[in-house]
Amino acid sequence: MNKKPIIQVENVATRYDQKIVLEDVNFEVYPGEVFIISGVSGCGKTTLLNNMIGLLETFSGNIILDGDSIVYANEVRRLFILRKVGVLYQGGALFGSLSLLENVQLPLKELTTLPDDAIAAIAHNKLKMVGLDNFSNYMPAEVSGGMQKRTAIARAMALDPKILFLDEPSAGLDPSTSAELDQIIINLSKTLGITFVIISHDLSSIYRIGQRVIFLHQGRIIAEGPPEVLRSHQNPMVERFFNRKPI
Amino acid sequence: MSFQIEQQDANTLNIIFSGRLDMDSVAKLWQPCLSAIKQKPPRKLLIDAENVDYCDGAGIALLQALQMQQMTGKNSCTINGLKQDFKNLLIEKEQQQIKVEAKSSPKHRLLENLGRIGYGVAQDLRNNIVFLGILADQLCFVCLRPSKIRWIDFWKAMEDVGPRAFPIVALIGFLIGLISTFQAAPSFGQFGAQILMVNLVGLGLVREMGPLLTAVLLAGRTSSAFAAEIGTMKINQEINALNTMGINPIRFLVIPRILATMIITPFLEVFLIIFGLLGCFAVMSSLGYSWDAFIHQLNQAIKLQDYIGGLIKVFVFGWVIAGVGCLNGLKTTFDAQAVGRSTTKAVVSSLIMLVILDGIFAIVYYILGI
Repeated sequence: MNKKPIIQVENVATRYDQKIVLEDVNFEVYPGEVFIISGVSGCGKTTLLNNMIGLLETFSGNIILDGDSIVYANEVRRLFILRKVGVLYQGGALFGSLSLLENVQLPLKELTTLPDDAIAAIAHNKLKMVGLDNFSNYMPAEVSGGMQKRTAIARAMALDPKILFLDEPSAGLDPSTSAELDQIIINLSKTLGITFVIISHDLSSIYRIGQRVIFLHQGRIIAEGPPEVLRSHQNPMVERFFNRKPI
Repeated sequence: MSFQIEQQDANTLNIIFSGRLDMDSVAKLWQPCLSAIKQKPPRKLLIDAENVDYCDGAGIALLQALQMQQMTGKNSCTINGLKQDFKNLLIEKEQQQIKVEAKSSPKHRLLENLGRIGYGVAQDLRNNIVFLGILADQLCFVCLRPSKIRWIDFWKAMEDVGPRAFPIVALIGFLIGLISTFQAAPSFGQFGAQILMVNLVGLGLVREMGPLLTAVLLAGRTSSAFAAEIGTMKINQEINALNTMGINPIRFLVIPRILATMIITPFLEVFLIIFGLLGCFAVMSSLGYSWDAFIHQLNQAIKLQDYIGGLIKVFVFGWVIAGVGCLNGLKTTFDAQAVGRSTTKAVVSSLIMLVILDGIFAIVYYILGI
């Protein structure tokens, strides 16, 4: 690709106490790409995500998001960088005491000086993008898991981020809801040019939306490429994983 | 299901199973089978399972236990005639017998252990001081920009901490006033000084019991509730979501709760004192003292500075109770017992802090002559 990468992960290593969780992780993500981080459970995917969004300090290495290092950023800079980023957590992490609309409005109310009317209009638009404009006054507990995740995507998009990190978006969803969510991701990537970094080990979803995948094993990247290529990868572990065979 | 034990020769023992080796039958067979080879371990154990029609996990476990028992004595064990389907289970189970290295816990020396405990305490202290610093910073921030306070949360916390706690506060206050007066009556009566019980209960309530009892009730009710609420939010990754949205969780979640508690606690204390005095009056009136005499004695006994001293105390107690509860909520880890542990810790820490602070207040008030 000729484009300048929007995310650069350089020689990242992470440790919990003395245990090495990530080692020598290097990759780049380009604007508008749907990039998948995959691997078996416990390989370090979520740790890598937490490093990338600044929730967990790296032991060494650097992570650059849209030209700014999140590793070396001070608090003010970190907040500036996070404005360019949205995150969808595995369970959605919606605030139970707020309606779907209020959840989406929250970052706008807290971090901008927009008038209430504008905030309501923006939040409605975001909910419409994920097909939930008719449910705006529902509470999170009153809607399904898939709808909660769609709301969480709408909330993550509230501040028009350049990058969206999704932590296992299809976890706990039935295949058709999962496919629905995939379609939303594809649409958002195409229409808004948002870069997606998705943690997933849902193969059907990876084949459907993934443009490039890295496969982590014991904290290291052992394969990288389009999902169809990894299906016939020379490393038997990767090949077996992407063909849904026991490793 | 039946089983038979036969001594084939001096070195060989036969155990013959037939029928179903399932949970029900294994429950009866386990002890006799194992004790048979435990008492006198044979050099060779032959298990005949040719007539076993059905074998479930329990049956496999029994066969494995017999094998293991034999292997520990370096003797042999052979299973004959087990149907292929059941054998597969046995093989799988054998494969599962991966040597699990026992997590060796290093034997620390006494000095090392003391060092670790000291380090842990220092870490806790450091975290608490850092938290207090952040809290003070955020309180200043919201005092300058009140629009940044989550007023919805503030009013909700106010309602939870105040009106909802009112019945229990009133009940405890009334009973404490009533019981204290009742207990003191015989002793004061011997000296004909029953009217002075108003001084005792009144002063006690205003200066000490009112603030402390209100705070203890709130520690059990409010501190634990805050810890549980925020702890659950942390487990649901809502705190992470706030962090990554660039919203300060302390300003967003902690400040409204702390402000609400600090403001409402003195009101609760006043209610507790009023109901305590009503309890006191209930006993005094039964002893023939009028309402006027009671109020007159109360006015003589309690000065304005007593009231103010108590109110300052309970204001600080409210800050500590809410702060400790929220801090423990934020420190919640991600395991199953984490929320329970946080709530317990919040209550215990609040109570310890209350006692320490009460002691400090007693010294300061003594020095100031309050």
